[in-house]
Amino acid sequence: MSLNLSEYLQKTVDDLSGNFADKLIHVYQSSGDTFIVIQADALLEICKYLKENLHYIYLSDVFGIDRYTSEERFEVVYNLLSFKHHQRVFIKVRCEEENPEVDSVSKIWKAANWFEREVYDMFGVFFRNHPDLRRIYMPEDFEYYPLRKEFPLLGIPGSIPLPSTTPDTD
Amino acid sequence: MGIESALGKGFLTTRMDTLVKWARANAAWPMPMGLACCAIEMMAFAGPRYDAARFGSEVMRFSPRQADVMIVAGWCSYKMSHAIRRIWDQMPDPKWCIAMGACASTGGMHRCYGVVQGCDNFLPVDAYISGCPPRPDAVLHALMKIQDKIKKEHSITLDT
Ligand code: SF4
Repeated sequence: MSLNLSEYLQKTVDDLSGNFADKLIHVYQSSGDTFIVIQADALLEICKYLKENLHYIYLSDVFGIDRYTSEERFEVVYNLLSFKHHQRVFIKVRCEEENPEVDSVSKIWKAANWFEREVYDMFGVFFRNHPDLRRIYMPEDFEYYPLRKEFPLLGIPGSIPLPSTTPDTD
Repeated sequence: MGIESALGKGFLTTRMDTLVKWARANAAWPMPMGLACCAIEMMAFAGPRYDAARFGSEVMRFSPRQADVMIVAGWCSYKMSHAIRRIWDQMPDPKWCIAMGACASTGGMHRCYGVVQGCDNFLPVDAYISGCPPRPDAVLHALMKIQDKIKKEHSITLDT
């Protein structure tokens, strides 16, 4: 499929493929947005480059995807914006089901701190060198990752305690 | 005609129990537990249009120590349920509870791991209000149901 890129996104893709030719896996478009799948080990380099050289200074969101495949099951997606050029690009990395781990980009964009905690909380993807990788929505001692596809919709009964209804006895 | 004729003008006799229940029923101060969208409808219930003041319930107490009726308005998550229960436990007896809306009553459309499927899982609910969100007059209706209940309950006399 041929890509229908704006001038600036074309430059983004050209620059990245010039500098990181062997790290780009796939560039595609969907619903009018541009996605660049990259190798997880080049994440920090590429993010730094995008911020410093291509003015993607705003990390609007980080989210996880459970592809439920036997290989490279989890995907982490970075939603980047350049206000100067009014452009948005999505960067994707993939990781394995066993011990999914990705480098934390919180040194590059401070906003990543809570976003990555959310992905960790919901999918169980660990972020290397994250300053404060704790659960953010679920209780600290919760053992499961609710947005993984095998997790039942209504949760696991008893996994989060309800308050005692006889307060005088506890 | 009983004791009233002996007391002369200006006296009325009643049972202490009836008097206490009458007072309680007409001064049920709500503890607003606004958790989601329903809370906005709950505000309208206390506003001038629906005017809960007619029932003596316009005094929304944000301190549990001075409240009689907890209105759980909105869906409650497992994490929040502990805070709600703590506030409930801090309210002095006797107290009543209204589950306002589909979410507080049953979990509503939030059929998921994080939301308690009905606040009666950890609170003794006296009145359930259907709807998503319920109209403020439905909240008034629930309040009147609670008033009826208060008037029927035993207050200071023992059940003999
Ligand atoms: S019942 Fe409807 S209006 Fe009320 S909290 Fe639930 S979703 Fe919101």
